[in-house]
Amino acid sequence: MIRIDSVTKRYPDGTVAVDRLSLEIPDRSITVLVGPSGCGKTTTLRMINRMVEPTEGTILLDGEDSRRQPVTTLRRSMGYVIQNAGLFQHRTIVDNIATVPRLLGWGRQRARERAAELMERVGLDPSLAKRYPYQLSGGQQQRVGVARALAADPPVLLMDEPFSAVDPVVRKGLQAELLRIQDELGKTIVFVTHDIDEAITLGTMVAVLREGGRLAQYAPPADLLSNPADGFVEDFLGADRGIRRLSFFPSDALELTTDAVIPADATAARIAAVEAPHLLVTDADGRPLGWAAREELTAGDLRTDRLLPYGRPFVPGADSLRVALDCAVLSPVGRAVAVDGHGRVTGVVSQQTIGEAVRAAHTAGRADEQKVAG
Amino acid sequence: MNVLHFVDAFFSDSAHWHGYDGIPQRFWEHLQYSLLALAVAAAVGLPVGLLTGHTGRGGNALAFIANAARALPSFGLLVLAVLLIGFGLLPVMIPLVVLAVPPILVTTYEAVRSVDPAPVDAARGMGMHESRILFRVEVPVALPLILSGLRSAAIQIVSTATIAAYVSLGGLGRYIIDGLYQRDYEKVVGGATLVAVLALLTLAVFWAAGRLAVSPGVRRR
Repeated sequence: MIRIDSVTKRYPDGTVAVDRLSLEIPDRSITVLVGPSGCGKTTTLRMINRMVEPTEGTILLDGEDSRRQPVTTLRRSMGYVIQNAGLFQHRTIVDNIATVPRLLGWGRQRARERAAELMERVGLDPSLAKRYPYQLSGGQQQRVGVARALAADPPVLLMDEPFSAVDPVVRKGLQAELLRIQDELGKTIVFVTHDIDEAITLGTMVAVLREGGRLAQYAPPADLLSNPADGFVEDFLGADRGIRRLSFFPSDALELTTDAVIPADATAARIAAVEAPHLLVTDADGRPLGWAAREELTAGDLRTDRLLPYGRPFVPGADSLRVALDCAVLSPVGRAVAVDGHGRVTGVVSQQTIGEAVRAAHTAGRADEQKVAG
Repeated sequence: MNVLHFVDAFFSDSAHWHGYDGIPQRFWEHLQYSLLALAVAAAVGLPVGLLTGHTGRGGNALAFIANAARALPSFGLLVLAVLLIGFGLLPVMIPLVVLAVPPILVTTYEAVRSVDPAPVDAARGMGMHESRILFRVEVPVALPLILSGLRSAAIQIVSTATIAAYVSLGGLGRYIIDGLYQRDYEKVVGGATLVAVLALLTLAVFWAAGRLAVSPGVRRR
């Protein structure tokens, strides 16, 4: 465990970057340091591998002062990923990844084998091994950066705004990949970002820092969203924290209805039996085709080009309440389409039903908090 | 009589191809002076440039010294050195080295200082020692610029090494100075042509060195 114990960083000109910060960073989880620029989050991260030396206070690694081992030994035991990846442009991808194993004295062959293994782990095509960094996209370079940090299998990974410089779509992919890798490897990750959404997506614990390097709140993301400690944290979380919090509630408890779901070859009697104003038409395999107004439907003469788009479906269980609500809001008829893992319709759910589930979830959440408090 | 005629006459005269005043001998002497001066200048300029570039400190002092050294006239320095030390190789080396150190020093400093700080930060964060960061991370990326500094120094040395002949030493300057004294313009033009050829050869050598030593990842092709 990394314990930051009342650490202060004061520069010679008097600026205080970090002010008496104490944090316990749990093992095998992702701890995110988040805050506006100038809040000392990067400084805090860099004090862990002693790229910056604290003015006061200590940082303990498994109970031992981090200053007790040689600085290079300390750094080699921690993977380090920075913004823009910081790859060595004169080295091939495989040699970039092999850097730390080589520093630790591994043979070239073994280090390269390890690098190839890591390229696979971070989702890089093996054909890129002999390329140079300038031949890779920003997202690929960042994957190389992560692979390089993981190469010597360090227990700790320090990541300083690693995904800030890539576009939002690539960033989402990299975040998902990081969570997948973390599931497999269980590293102790300290992750710095200025993006609260990223913090909430990735963090097991989130430390919100405010300007002047003081800790505003340290909590799991769901708690942060439900109980911001003060106005600063609330502002920082943004106006839609209620919606965001729904990400932490599962959608599998939603009550689905199937009476408005009809196959494309349904009989006139079947169509007439439906009460809802809109029907979801499915193909022979049960996949959604689109919505149709009941009065416009005639049996045996279904023109799919006249159907309203069904929007985006959600997968109960796999997707959160937030996704389900989003699907219902996007739907032209106010109903979200639920599908199974194969894309077959399992039912539809209205905005109203989702709203009830949201209220129920909030009540349950509050009850839990009271239990914890009591 | 045009210049090309002089060149033709000089090189077709078989007397110019042997003996202590023959072209191979003078060429070899010129090459020796140049290589020695370049080696000394590099031994001074490279370490100082690498170190100041890596730490980023001392840049202003460096620029001041370099500019001052550039302002010194090579020929005046040669005369002064001879007056102080007497004849020999040393008084010739002084102006050549003084001439060559500034471009090596300043370009090496600039080359290392302008390396992207991100890989350097990454290297330090991975636990590389400072010397390894300099030689394994910064120098390979700075190499094209460092080589260009060495190249301009080498070209300047090659063309200025002719002044060695003023103080009774050999080299291709011999032809120019003796030719002028004897009003033998064939010799003057021949000597100047040889200096130009050596300068072009120097360029070729540096081009080849760049191809061999600079990583394709830095050359970007």
